[in-house]
Amino acid sequence: MKRAVIAAAVICCVAVAALADERRSGAEFMGASTQAMQRDDTLNPGMLWVSGGELQWKTAAGASGKSCASCHGDAGKSMRGLAARFPAFDHVSKRTVNLNQRINMCRERRQQAPPLRAESEELLGLEAYVAMQSRGMPVAPPQDAGTRASAARGKQLYLQRMGQLNLSCAQCHDEQAGKRLAGSTIPQAHAAAYPIYRLEWQAMGSLQRRLRNCMSGVRAEIPGFGAQELVELEAWLAVRDKGMKMESPGVRP
Amino acid sequence: MARALIHMPATARRGEVIEIRALIGHPMETGYRPGADGKIVPRDIIRKFVCRYNGEQVFGAELHQAVSANPYIGFFTVATESGTLEFTWEGDNGFAQTEKMNLTVSAP
Repeated sequence: MKRAVIAAAVICCVAVAALADERRSGAEFMGASTQAMQRDDTLNPGMLWVSGGELQWKTAAGASGKSCASCHGDAGKSMRGLAARFPAFDHVSKRTVNLNQRINMCRERRQQAPPLRAESEELLGLEAYVAMQSRGMPVAPPQDAGTRASAARGKQLYLQRMGQLNLSCAQCHDEQAGKRLAGSTIPQAHAAAYPIYRLEWQAMGSLQRRLRNCMSGVRAEIPGFGAQELVELEAWLAVRDKGMKMESPGVRP
Repeated sequence: MARALIHMPATARRGEVIEIRALIGHPMETGYRPGADGKIVPRDIIRKFVCRYNGEQVFGAELHQAVSANPYIGFFTVATESGTLEFTWEGDNGFAQTEKMNLTVSAP
């Protein structure tokens, strides 16, 4: 009888643990001053990129002579919640694309303008401006078959050991999260704050830049910007982050 | 044209202390770092920041290599009369930028 009670109590504890969300945004691992920098838009250097993006939103580009606003109108309405649903499967190109790839597709197809270079101020600005419209909203990865297939491949990559150090993403960010790697805390690899202003970069950067950083850290071969592996990893991270709040533009140390 | 963001109240009472926050996009290249080709990247920093309130300087700062990129400067001033605050950043390679903000001051 006593054994049965203990067993029941153990089962209850396990059930409660499973219910409690133990996911923590990278922001919670930062120092108070960096947190304040992210929280306060008048302190957040990422707002420089956002304001640049807002300007571009309204500026005509390409042979079409159209701006983003010509079709999409007020970004505060049309782009609300959009960034929370990326990466997403694109039916025209038949592949999963992230937000900045989607922006470039719109430039090429609709504005008839040359695509913006990866990690350029212009592309990061537009991405940050669009992403900020979803701030505070829950991450909601699309449930269609294409995106789910990409996320599944991304999960494989997340668990795959790589590089000379022979480490997978999961070995640090799942198994060792919260512990320290030299002076910094290992976060849980939640990506809802991107693009971020990273103090180490002294600039804004995309999630792909961050992923490439980590890959160089474990001395793996680094895929180029826009590589499908990176987009698939992003798609898996979005599934892991489902329901967490969007923070863009985030600040990270 | 670099981007600059200035945050301050648009209105204040006479004698009130107001906070001003100025953020500007600038690489603040120190002149000590080697570039991808191994050569030293020449220095490119903002050297001076000045805030003038109706022409009178109320705040100034000298910036040096140790200041981060995209420098943020926060300071306070006393609202005396309605008018314009003019913010000027000057630096290497002829860098110069001026922004203006209006302040309406009412009776205390």
